Amino acid sequence: MRNTRESRKEIPAISTASLPDIVFMILFFFMTVTTIKTNPLLVDNDLPKADQVKKLENKDRVIEIFVGKPSAEQARIFGNEPKIQLDNKLASVNDVGSYVLAELAKKPDAIRNFVTVSLKVDKNVNVGVVSDIKQELRKINALKVNYTTYQGNSLEN
Amino acid sequence: MADIAFLLLIFFLVATSIETDVGLDRKLPPNDTTPPIKIPEHNIFRVSLNKNDELFVEDGIMQLKDLQAAAISFLDNGAIISGEEGYCDYCQGDRSTESSENPNEAIISFNSDREASYGMYVSVQNELNAAYNALRNREANRLFNQNFVDMEKAYYAPETTTEDKISLKRNIEHIRQMYPMKLIEVEINKKG
Repeated sequence: MRNTRESRKEIPAISTASLPDIVFMILFFFMTVTTIKTNPLLVDNDLPKADQVKKLENKDRVIEIFVGKPSAEQARIFGNEPKIQLDNKLASVNDVGSYVLAELAKKPDAIRNFVTVSLKVDKNVNVGVVSDIKQELRKINALKVNYTTYQGNSLEN
Repeated sequence: MADIAFLLLIFFLVATSIETDVGLDRKLPPNDTTPPIKIPEHNIFRVSLNKNDELFVEDGIMQLKDLQAAAISFLDNGAIISGEEGYCDYCQGDRSTESSENPNEAIISFNSDREASYGMYVSVQNELNAAYNALRNREANRLFNQNFVDMEKAYYAPETTTEDKISLKRNIEHIRQMYPMKLIEVEINKKG
């Protein structure tokens, strides 16, 4: 009898004692799953679409090379021709080899053979620039390459 | 206590992103220039891209959407007849003498003009990948009741056990040997 009267009179407030735990769990999730955004893009980078793609494994096994027309603010200084962005600077084809070797040297010995070079090239860039980059990579024996794309129907490129 | 946690959470939500980079994997040929072996023309499937993004396959112009089917019928041809060495018993193609003898001998040569757009270049690479994957999926389904693409995904996933990975690796290698990806790229050199 006493129990039913209690429950009819007042509903106990929801306890918020576990709120910090929930928030910490979400925080730890984000800390492990995400990566701090890399360097700002200095070039236009509208990647082409493809559907027969594989996921690039963890970021520490990837060296990124961005290619595209310089973005609006950069175009005033660098012009409108497609440029290569290494790290956070614009560079030319000849710098690619030394940059990739420097990045490879920073990686631990064990994974050096598993590193792939991710080519993030805007879809309007001509194939010639990409061929030159691939030639430089062949010279330094960095043979694992990935044409990075968005997931989508390739017939729309 | 919860306030500190909220602050850190908001920082991470704002400053980070979940990286989901995908793309087409390729292995570049090493730089040693060994003289090329002479390969009979019917074992080579020539695809080229001109500076206007027009696709030329073997004899004539082709639309991008037809490339995958053409590549599949080339790879799957298996012209060598039964009884002779190199006979491919899993090929379901036409077995025409004008096309490839065996998937192990079948080479796709893709050359692209330097002025072609990268988007079209990737589309062609994607369609060629699609052709190889379609054939590999078909064989994997026939032999192992699984899609080849799913087998590769499972192999790379961290949840699979080591013993599963060993048997997966064996099966994946088997399928890869049935339809090896022999894709060579030659550049149309304007510099001479």
